[in-house]
Order: sequence, then C-alpha cells, then structure tokens
Amino acid sequence: MHLYNLTLQHPTVATQAITGKMATVIATDVFGSIRSLAAFRLTGGTKDYAIVGSDSGRIVILDYDPKTASFVKLHQETYGKSGARRIVPGQYLATDPKGRSVMISAVEKSKLVYILNRDAAANLTISSPLEAHKANTIVHHIVGLDVGFENPMFAALEVDYAESDQDHTGQAFKDTEKMLTYYELDLGLNHVVRKWSEPTDRRANLLVQVPGGQLASSERFDGPSGVLICCEDHIIYRHMDAPQHRVPIPRRKHPLEDPSRTIIIVTAVMHKMKGAFFFLLQSEDGDLYKVTIEHEEEEVRSLKIKYFDTVPVASSLCILKSGFLFVAAEFGNHYLYQFQKLGDDDNEPEYSSTAYPAFGMANPNVPLPHAHFRPRPLENLAVADELESLDPIIDSKVLNVLPNSDAPQIFAACGRGGRSSLRILRHGLEVEESVSSELPGIPNAVWTTKRKEDDEYDSYIILSFVNGTLVLSIGETIEEVQDTGFLSSAPTLAVQQIGADALLQVHPQGIRHVLADRRVNEWRVPPGKTIVSATTNKRQVVVALSSAELVYFELDLDGQLNEYQDRKAMGSTVLALSMAEVPEGRQRTPFLAVGCEDQTVRIISLDPETTLEAISLQALTAPASSICIAEMLDASINKTQPTLFVNIGLQNGVLLRTVLDPINGQLTDTRTRFLGTRPIRLIRVQIQRNPAILALSSRSWLNYTHQNLMHFTPLIFENLDYAWSFSAELSPEGLIGITGSTLRIFQIPKLGTKLKQDSIPLSYTPRKFITHPSNHYFYMIEGDNRVMGPEAATARLDELRKKGPIDEEVVDLPPEVFGRPKAPAGTWASCIRIIDPIEAKTVAVLPLDCNEAAFSIAVVPFSAREGELILVVGTAADTLISPRSCSSGFLRTYRFTQDGANLEFLHKTETDDVPLALLGFQGRLVAGVGKALRIYEIGKKKLLRKAENKTFGSAIITLHTQGSRIIVGDMQESVSFAAYKAPENRLLVFGDDSQQRWVTAVAMVDYNTVAVGDRFGNVFVNRLDAKVSEQVDDDPTGAGILHEKGQLMGAPHKTKMLTHFHVGDMITSIHKVSMVAGGREILLYTCLHGTIGILVPFVSKEDSDFISTLEQHMRTEQSSLVGRDQLSWRGYYVPVKSVVDGDLCENFARLPSGKQSSIAGELDRSVGEVLKKLEQLRTTTSGF
Amino acid sequence: MASELRYTANTQLEHLHARYTGTGHADISKYDWVTHQHRDTLASIVGHPTLTSYLAIADGESLGRIRFEMTEKMLQPCGPPPRRDED
Repeated sequence: MHLYNLTLQHPTVATQAITGKMATVIATDVFGSIRSLAAFRLTGGTKDYAIVGSDSGRIVILDYDPKTASFVKLHQETYGKSGARRIVPGQYLATDPKGRSVMISAVEKSKLVYILNRDAAANLTISSPLEAHKANTIVHHIVGLDVGFENPMFAALEVDYAESDQDHTGQAFKDTEKMLTYYELDLGLNHVVRKWSEPTDRRANLLVQVPGGQLASSERFDGPSGVLICCEDHIIYRHMDAPQHRVPIPRRKHPLEDPSRTIIIVTAVMHKMKGAFFFLLQSEDGDLYKVTIEHEEEEVRSLKIKYFDTVPVASSLCILKSGFLFVAAEFGNHYLYQFQKLGDDDNEPEYSSTAYPAFGMANPNVPLPHAHFRPRPLENLAVADELESLDPIIDSKVLNVLPNSDAPQIFAACGRGGRSSLRILRHGLEVEESVSSELPGIPNAVWTTKRKEDDEYDSYIILSFVNGTLVLSIGETIEEVQDTGFLSSAPTLAVQQIGADALLQVHPQGIRHVLADRRVNEWRVPPGKTIVSATTNKRQVVVALSSAELVYFELDLDGQLNEYQDRKAMGSTVLALSMAEVPEGRQRTPFLAVGCEDQTVRIISLDPETTLEAISLQALTAPASSICIAEMLDASINKTQPTLFVNIGLQNGVLLRTVLDPINGQLTDTRTRFLGTRPIRLIRVQIQRNPAILALSSRSWLNYTHQNLMHFTPLIFENLDYAWSFSAELSPEGLIGITGSTLRIFQIPKLGTKLKQDSIPLSYTPRKFITHPSNHYFYMIEGDNRVMGPEAATARLDELRKKGPIDEEVVDLPPEVFGRPKAPAGTWASCIRIIDPIEAKTVAVLPLDCNEAAFSIAVVPFSAREGELILVVGTAADTLISPRSCSSGFLRTYRFTQDGANLEFLHKTETDDVPLALLGFQGRLVAGVGKALRIYEIGKKKLLRKAENKTFGSAIITLHTQGSRIIVGDMQESVSFAAYKAPENRLLVFGDDSQQRWVTAVAMVDYNTVAVGDRFGNVFVNRLDAKVSEQVDDDPTGAGILHEKGQLMGAPHKTKMLTHFHVGDMITSIHKVSMVAGGREILLYTCLHGTIGILVPFVSKEDSDFISTLEQHMRTEQSSLVGRDQLSWRGYYVPVKSVVDGDLCENFARLPSGKQSSIAGELDRSVGEVLKKLEQLRTTTSGF
Repeated sequence: MASELRYTANTQLEHLHARYTGTGHADISKYDWVTHQHRDTLASIVGHPTLTSYLAIADGESLGRIRFEMTEKMLQPCGPPPRRDED
C-alpha cells in the first residue's frame, strides 16, 4: 500500500499570535510545530520581525514580504536537537523591547541569549548564542524587561529542584521557593550574568513586562520598569530594589462560585499609549482585567485592578494601534473586538494595592481577602469580526444528507463547553444574497452594462427572453426603461459597452450600435440567415451566422464599427465563440476561439496581417457548449504575468482548461474537470477587480485567483442559469444571476476558503455522535468535567434562594460567553442530544442526572427483540479523569419514539468501569468496559452479560466489526483483532500490534486492514496476514487460537505495519469515504486542532514512483520556514513509511520557475505535466 | 592503558550526563529513572500544543492552567525520593 497525504483544511488553532489580521494574509506550512512567537523591532527601525521558537532546535527570524505575500527567512541558527524536548530551548521566547536581543528558553535548564544588531548595510544580524543555563531548574516563564537603553535584561520565573530531589523527608520539597531571576546581558563584555534572584509566590505562573526606561528627549520615565508576576489569586508588581505591590484577582460574584477555587491569569497584553500604559490580563474563565500602575518617575505609587469585560479564553491577546483587540481563542472561533472605551469612568469596583497594609505585601504568604466583581455583558468592547476556527474537532462523520448535493458533507463536532457546535462543512464558497426578485417570465440571459467607458458603476440590466428583451435601469430603484436604443422585440445574444460612450446589442437579426446621442447604426444579417452566436469586447465584435460563417467587426478610431471585408466559412455550425478582453494599451486581442458542432475548437487569428486565418485546432470529446478566454494570474504557471486560458465547457458537463500561447496561438497543457450534469455555460466576471470565470452547470463554480494561485471552487447557492458581474453603489463587487424566473444579486465574501461552515450550537463539549440506520437524525452525547449538571445547579440555587435573595441576573448570563461556574473535578454535566442535520437544528435534549456523564453511544438492533433498534448510551457517575475511576458505570438503553425524534428510557445496567466504547454486534451489544470486552444481550430489566474477555491492556476506546470479527482499539496498546466464536461463546484475541500505540481513532480499511490515528499525531495502517485471517475464520470453536502460544507477551499473531506518517495534529476520527460522486474511496481524517486531511491510495506503481521522486526533489528545494527537516518531522516518532507528503509536493506550484523546470526536467516531464498530475490527484479524490 | 581509557571514557560520560539532563546510566536508581521519565513526559505535554489541548478538553480546564499545573508537577512528579541506604 502506498498512500498520498493531503491536507484539505489546515489547523485553525492559534497557539501563539503576535499580530492580528482578520483575513488570513498568509498561511505557510512549516512542517514543524511552532511553540512560541515573538515580534521585535530594531531601534530606530520601522519594521517588525518575527522570531519563531519551534521544535526544530533552531531559532528563526522571519520577515514579511508584502510584495510576494510571503515570509522570508532572514536567519536560522541551530542550537540543539530537534523535537519538543525538556532541555532544548524553544518553549519560551522573550525579546528586549528595544530589539537588541532575544532570549530563548527550554522548560528546564537551558536558556540562550542572542544579540541582534544591524550591519553597515542595515541588514539584521544575529550573534552566536550566549548561555544562561542553570541546571536542575524548571522555567515557568520568561519576559524581557523594559530598561530603556541600559543593558538588556530578562526576567525568569524559576524553580530549583536539586534539593527536593535529595530530601526523602519531603521537607525540601515543601520549602522550595519559586524565584524571580533577572539575567543581564552585558553588551560590553558580551556575556550574560544572573543579576538578581529573589523568592516570590510559590504559585506564580506568568510574567508581564512593565514599561520603563527614560525617553532621551524629555528625561521622563516611560514607566517604573520591572514585571507583573501573575500568581494564583494575586498579581504582584516586582522590581529590583523597589517595594512590591500586590492586589487580589477579583472573582465573579456568582452564587455557585466555589470560594476555595483559585484563579490564575492565562494570558496578558500590555498596551502603551502616549505617556501612559495599561495591561489587560485574562483569567482562565475569560474575564479581562484592566491593570494600571500609578507611578512617579521610577517609583510605583499603586497597582490597581478592575474588571474590564468577558471574552472567550485566549491563547494570545493582541491590541492593535487602530483600537482593536484580537482574541486568538484557545478553542473555537477567534474574535476581533473594537474598543468602545477603556473602562475609565464606570462604577466597576477597582482594587488598589494602597488599600492593603504594606501595599498588600504585609504578609506575602497569606492571601489577601477575596475581591469580587459582577460579570456583565460587553461594555468596553464590541465585536467587530469573527474568524471561524474548527479547533477542536472531537468527532466527525462524512455523509451526504443534504438534498440536491452530489458531494458528501463533513459533520464535525467542534468546540468546548458552552461554545461547542456541530458544524456542517460543505466544499464551496459562501454566497451572500442581497436582492432576490421575481420576474414576469423566464429569462435566458442577463447582462449589466455601463453607459460610458469611465463610469464607475453599471447603469443597465438587460434581460433576454425567448421573444424579447427587457432593459432595467439601476438607480435608487431598479425600473424598466424604454428609450435606451435597444431593440426590445427580439431576444439578445450579447451586450457590450463599446468604444468610449456607445452601447452594442447583438440580436438574431443584426447588430445595433447605439451611440451616445441615441442614434442607432444597425447592421442587418443577410436575408435567410440569423446570428447564432456572438462574442464582443471593447473594440471587437465577432458574430457567427446560421450559415456557419463568421463576421468580424472592429471599431475604428472614429468610433465606427467596420465589417471586415471577408467572411470566414467554418464548414460546421458554430456553437460557441469567445475572445479575450482587449489587452491594455492595445488595439485588439489577436485570438478568437470558435467551438464547432464537429467537436472541435479552433483558434482563429484576428491579427490585421492574418485576419480570420485558422491557427490551431483542438479536438473535443463532446460538442462545446460554451467557451471563455480569460487572462488570469496563476503563479504556478507564470509568476509575473497573467496567463491566457481558453476554458471550454462541453455539453456533457466537462470543463477543459487549456493554456493559449500568446505568441503562436497554440493550445497546450489541457486540464479537465467534471462540473455537473448540465451543459456548461461560462461567463467572464470581475471578482475583487480581478478576472474570474463563472462556470454554470448543475452546480455553479468559480474559477478565480487568490493569493496568486488559481482556485476552482463551487458556489453554495441555488443553480444559476446565467450570471454576470454587477456593480452598483450598494454592491460594488456583486454578481447578478438568474435561476428560473428569479433575479438574484449576490456577493462572494470569503474568497480563498474552501469549506463553508454552518453551525448548530451545543450545550457541552461534544464527545461522540452517531447516525441512525433508517432515519436522518444524529444522536450526540455531550459532557463537561468540572461543571455542575442543570439538576444539581438548580437544587443548589434553590437552597441558596431559601437562605436569601441571589443575583438572578448573574445566574442567567449566557454560558456560551461566560462559561458555567467551575466545580471540583469529578462533577459532570452531560446530555444526549438529537439533531436534525437537514434543518440544522436540535430536535430534543435529554440531560443526564446523578452526576452521570455519557462516554459512548451505539444503535443496536437486538435480535432478542426481533431486531428492534435500541439506543445504548454508556455513562459513568462521579468520573475522575486521572486516574480513571468512577463510582459506577452504566449502560442506559433507550427506545426510539416519534420516528427517532425522541427517546424513551428503558433501563440501565451497572458496570464496574467506564464504558468507553459500544457497538452493535450480531444482534447483541459489544461493549468495552474499562479493560474488559463484553457481549450483552437485552433483558427485561437489565442488559445481560453473555461473554467476556479481560486481556486488554488499559481501556478499550474503539470498536469496529465485520462478520464475527471485532477490532478493538486500546487506549495505550494499539489495535487488537478479536473473534467471537458462537458455539463456545468465546471472545478470543488472535492478533495484535507489536508496538504499543495510544490509539485515538480507528477505521477498518478492509477485513484484515485497519487505519489508526494515535495521540501523538501519527496515522498508520496495520494489516493482518490473510492466511491467519482465513485460519481463524475456519476454526469453528476457536480452540486452535486458544491453545496457540502468545507472541511477545500478547496475541499469537501480529499485524504488519504497512504505512506510517506523522500528521502533526492528533487524529480524532478516520473515515473511509468517497468524496466525489463516482470517485475512489479514500481515508479522510479530522484532527483535534481542526485539520482535515485525506490519505489517497495510489492506483499505479508509476504514479507512486513519480510522486515519491517529486517529493525527494521538493525536500531538497523547499526548506521549512522554521528550519525543521521535513523528513524528520513526518517521521517524528517512527520513520515515514510508504506515504508521500502531498502538502510538500503541492508547494511545487510556489517554487520559482527556474527550480520548477529543473525538477520537472529531472522527472522527464514538463512543468505543466507535473502541476497537472498534482491537481489531478487532488481533484479526482477530494474534489477540492 | 586500558584503565586509563576507561577513566577518560567515564569523565566524558559524566560530562555528558551533566550536559544532557535526563540521560540514564547503568546504575540509575528506579526513583531517578521514573522521575526523569515523568519530567520528560510533562515537558513534552507542555511542548506539544495538541497534547495540552487534549488534556484541557478532557479535564475541563484552560490551556494555561494545564500548562501551569504540568510545569508545577515537574518539581517532584513521583513524590519524595526514597531514603538512601548510605544514610
């Protein structure tokens, strides 16, 4: 087996953010894991650089090049081994605010400092590293101190474990102190010294830079310098030789809030304005606090904290100069907020260090009294924009349930807690409709046109009907006009704004040239003939007559339309014509494409020297229905200039795209694509001021250029019969289309996205969902740890209400914004939800009570009940995650009522452990309960245990079956093959893996083969020997297997690993599906951080050899942006086996053309052929 | 000669152990070994964003809290050391 891995949707998690932009300006595959990011600016410079700390063992400095919209690697310095290791730096980065140096640190011991400078040519330089290591030290955080232009200093939060490792009494462990240590980089001596180290709060977790240093001009201090130390429940201001200030972190005044719970700050941002600065700190609940420091010169007077607003918990916060706050959420969608005010004059209680004895530091080991605030909806911020993120995808299904869809949709259970959602992902571009209006009849075409060449917006909409033409004028309203000079009694074939200020209408009987003063010059068709097809541009007109003749007109310098003296006989009826726009600064376009009934497309010259001479010819598989020549930029073919493409739509729904050589007119590099079942109609439109092509068939597609690369994506919209560009004041970038008798005006807002998302909100973190064999509903289980269930919460609130009034407004705050009050570990809120995916809504929710949480779900046709379908849900009460334990597990059974729209509870059966996997198996239930695999039969009051096998290593988490075989995925011990032998009622494990694997997702590829994803981001395929498989199946009682000797302390037979690949994101589900109608079956996987990818089996040896060789060349040509070696990244834990990295191969399109042709040359192919092969691999398997 | 070689090899080894924290040797105690294992694992969880997310989702905590608790745990992941025989 040889597989090709392609990522369809890149991970959408932001682990780190340094600047926030709401449209992804740039996304580059780094083939590595980015762990930290920092931005810096050299003194006096105007440009920020980004430093990346990754798992490559290298420090990398990147520069953004807006011209090519790409990152440029300026420096790459190797300092250690690759991989996210304990003592190899890369975890933390801190820069000096003046951009003079950077510190990069590991979790333990190692810290390196690099000096950044400029050489004579103003290029950025980086020094060799200076070590600031300290053995036996764990680093919690580092930050660069703001010291102005004195020697750069870095602060680190460190814990030394040397003593506690030696002391068996545990006293040293208790006495261990967390130290705040300053490291000074002596620029003169070129070395780093530990300048100062003092104990601070043991539970400190984060440092924040406080502005400092003097302005050269005013001698005024920017701030007091030093750091904010964020600890559990407290914020401390600290600096060398200065008094400390401490304030409590205010907590929510919520009746259900646990007063013994501690709060930490998870992310922080400092913002400097003119002469002032403030901090926004975010707690783990998502509450933002505004922290200010009052200071006189370098002396701090007070530290103040107050509640600001509540936003989703972020992994990074960025404040933009323009008054925006970007929240890179740790889970779910990212948000951009606009500052409405800075919380200066409101009634929010403010807590100041001056209110406490000795600025809150009278007794540093005793916590300050709790401070409170009342959470409320946004007051200081307003949502400006939202960036969709799939992170985390916890489960998914790939199905085609939506009507009128020929490709399956991906249903992904995403998000966490109150912000969870089920997302329906469809391949295509989102369309925003602004106007939709009914017309009196069914038009067959629509155009819009300006009146003059330099008009900004369109003035007329022209609709052509079978027997007439309707002209509408676009003003404040859209209304019919009569006096435009257009012929209204005949259908229209083409409309064009021609010359400086004239209009042109082509109708079957002739051409009307409407001049600016409404005079009409009409050219009439010779008697007995009609015009069948026409193509126009600003200066040229070509019409095809029913006698298979072409007539060519060109505008002369006086604005007169002149017919070329000869007519060209084509010999076959003309079906379609097209010519490109007049290139800028030219008189005419030199080529005309003619599609004839004899299944050919001919390129005809319009050059004055060789007018109407045939240049080249391409044979087709079906008659052309439409042709469109367009000049579009595709950087994979030509980086600097647009390429001239001839798009040919055939009557059988196939689109051909060929490149037209602008010099000799030859057609090369043909690519084909099946668009739909109807004959294709092609229309040249403008999308964001760039030419694009709309291809209309049974689906509408848009071919456009985005970030210099060509995209071809379907529109998620009703089928269009015809469409045209539409530009008016309200909708400058719109399109106008007709479907049946409806006229629609719409825009395409999110260019570049491939998946349209629709989402259904959920209450808690989704865990699993399943489909029903006969109805279309989804059954989903949700559960959240550390959250009280609705029943428990209401009971508690009622109890509190009896004691006295409680703040009902706070209780009613929406959980999707504020989350739910945190409860101790082992408290669960959980529910079963029935979802209608077609209507995209929840049908019913069944909450679970008694602190039970659902972990597994299955629909089982019990043969003891004549195959009645029963929903079985595996739950457990008082579950603790680590170590996994519960007071009791349960198997709940439900009967479907109302055609599956509701459930009726039957009974529940106790189990001794958490049932993590359930499956219907031969009319019974097979359950993975902790380490035991069991078969249950349904009884009147309980499920009855029939067979059991307890030989599994840790916990069964996945079950799959075919025939009498059960594939068991164990949490830590990979996948085992078990067989059920009915005569002896035995469950026997006969095959397993020779390696331990932390399984997260399994899919059966065939009877003997499984594809498995593990917790460390690997995906691999294991196969059992066919002979063993046969032998086991032929053994009726299983006695043979029972007495076989185990191998390597496991089952008697081992599976063989066929392929192995490191995806880099934890795989949460794998499906064997076909993504395009009639296409091959592929493996589609979804990952925790939102990656969606596919594994495609190669069909021929030739293909796999070709792509593997290309991959080898790409490895040498394309180095990773973070300096990670692609081969070692893809073989992070186990060397890559038989999988080609498609993401790397597709970067071929971005290589400079010289490198492209040299690689193609080595492969004995042309560049076009390589690109075509890559595109074909993508489109025929995924349709993307 | 041979003993001298062994001597230099040992100092090199000691040097390597001092340099690469977490490297095992023939006489490592069970406690030291398992503590190293745990510290490596905890550092790996903190260093791999997917593992941090995975734990955070399972446990219902924020990423920052998971990272903090994991780093805290590195101080003494396996309890106090056993009493030394020499003592």
